[in-house]
Amino acid sequence: MTWLSNGSPSWQWFHRLGSPRWFYHRSGRWLPWLSLAALLVLLSGLVWGLAYAPEDAKQGNSFRIIYIHVPAAFLAQSGYFIMAIAGAIGLIWKMKISYMVMKSAAPIGAVLTFIALFTGAVWGKPTWGAYWVWDARITSMLILLFLYAGVIALQYAYHSVDAASKASAILALVGTVNIPIINKSVDWWYTLHQPATIKLTSAPSMHMDMFQPLLVMIVGFYLFYAVALILHTRSEILRRERKTSWVRELVNTKAGQ
Amino acid sequence: MARKMNSGFAAWLRRDLLLAYRRRGEVASPVLFFMMVSTLIPLGLTPEAARLEEVAAGMIWVMALLATLLSVDGMFASDYRDGSLEQMLITPQLLPLPLLGKITAHWLTTGLPLTLVSPLLGLMMSLPSAGYLPLLCSLALGTACLSLVGAVGAALTVSLRKGGLLLSLLVMPLYMPVIIFGTATVSYAVDGLNWLPPLALLGALLAASVALCPLAAAGALRVTASN
Repeated sequence: MTWLSNGSPSWQWFHRLGSPRWFYHRSGRWLPWLSLAALLVLLSGLVWGLAYAPEDAKQGNSFRIIYIHVPAAFLAQSGYFIMAIAGAIGLIWKMKISYMVMKSAAPIGAVLTFIALFTGAVWGKPTWGAYWVWDARITSMLILLFLYAGVIALQYAYHSVDAASKASAILALVGTVNIPIINKSVDWWYTLHQPATIKLTSAPSMHMDMFQPLLVMIVGFYLFYAVALILHTRSEILRRERKTSWVRELVNTKAGQ
Repeated sequence: MARKMNSGFAAWLRRDLLLAYRRRGEVASPVLFFMMVSTLIPLGLTPEAARLEEVAAGMIWVMALLATLLSVDGMFASDYRDGSLEQMLITPQLLPLPLLGKITAHWLTTGLPLTLVSPLLGLMMSLPSAGYLPLLCSLALGTACLSLVGAVGAALTVSLRKGGLLLSLLVMPLYMPVIIFGTATVSYAVDGLNWLPPLALLGALLAASVALCPLAAAGALRVTASN
């Protein structure tokens, strides 16, 4: 805790976090504990949700996919904001590390969005009788997937790392402003065209016994997201800092073992 | 100061309109595209007036969106190639205002012509007569939104060699609210409802885009055009 004692503590911490080397070493120490926590929470949530939670009155056991679907959808949306905030920090404080976090957050978020869409389709077949319906939330998720795809595509379109980071940070921020507008307009569009036959069969309020494991799963997904983001960021740090002496030293000691 | 800011807007508007006037053929191509794609719809779907009528509003809007998307790519391309974009970046004026001038010129040379030929397409797609005025109004506001949002995408991709397709990927999701409110305006009118609320929402989108898009495009140009 020596870094807390000198200078203005909070800002020193902030600037240290901006150093890729410091972050790499620090996160190496956090990572095993974080992974263990994620594993434990996910396992207990899964066992609780899949084996012990009561069956749904109308949907039977098929509702249990909610324990994957809802947390994935949750994280897919917060993931976009995490990505955009990281991009904004990069643009404002010119922090290298936050651009790396932003780049790493994009594919993770896109995959989570895809998982949410896929599990939604699997769940939709027995519930609605179709894999795909143009429901407001499904359409919003699809547009979110497109927004992620745009950020990823822009990131890889530039040769210069600096330009790629700044351009995709701006795009992520523009997307953030647009997400509420898109969601609201899609909701409005759906109420305009709402077909009478399609309706969610489950009641909007869940029973407590079903809700508690869902909460555990959401926490577990957040932990898993943090682990995945740190792992991606660490490999991005090594790739971008490969010419620095500390990465070379690291590689040499690893190779020497 | 106010005058100086204004001069940037007016000067770039005048310059881009003059350039467009000298290259009249290029200005015509989005409109031609708009007309040609509309021939595909009866060929691909049905020539029956009753069924065309149902999809007319949505199809005209989708085609207008695609035509704008094609033209947005060129918004900064020639300026980037001949170096005048760099001149713009180093001027002492605030960057968003000259950009707003360029975007306005883009709308006047693509969105406005598209809007003006849309009644003709409505006629060919057997749009009910109640839909014409809402179609004109919604396209006038909506294509302006499309030009503004497209400018951000064009600014992000200007220095890339194959930016055109990427640009479409970037801005297409951002266009979705515009097309929702645009088609709703027309279909409300066709159904005999009050079509002003969706048009007002489209106006709100335009107001927000006028305020924010030139800023975002300016930031994007500072990052990417120096690359």
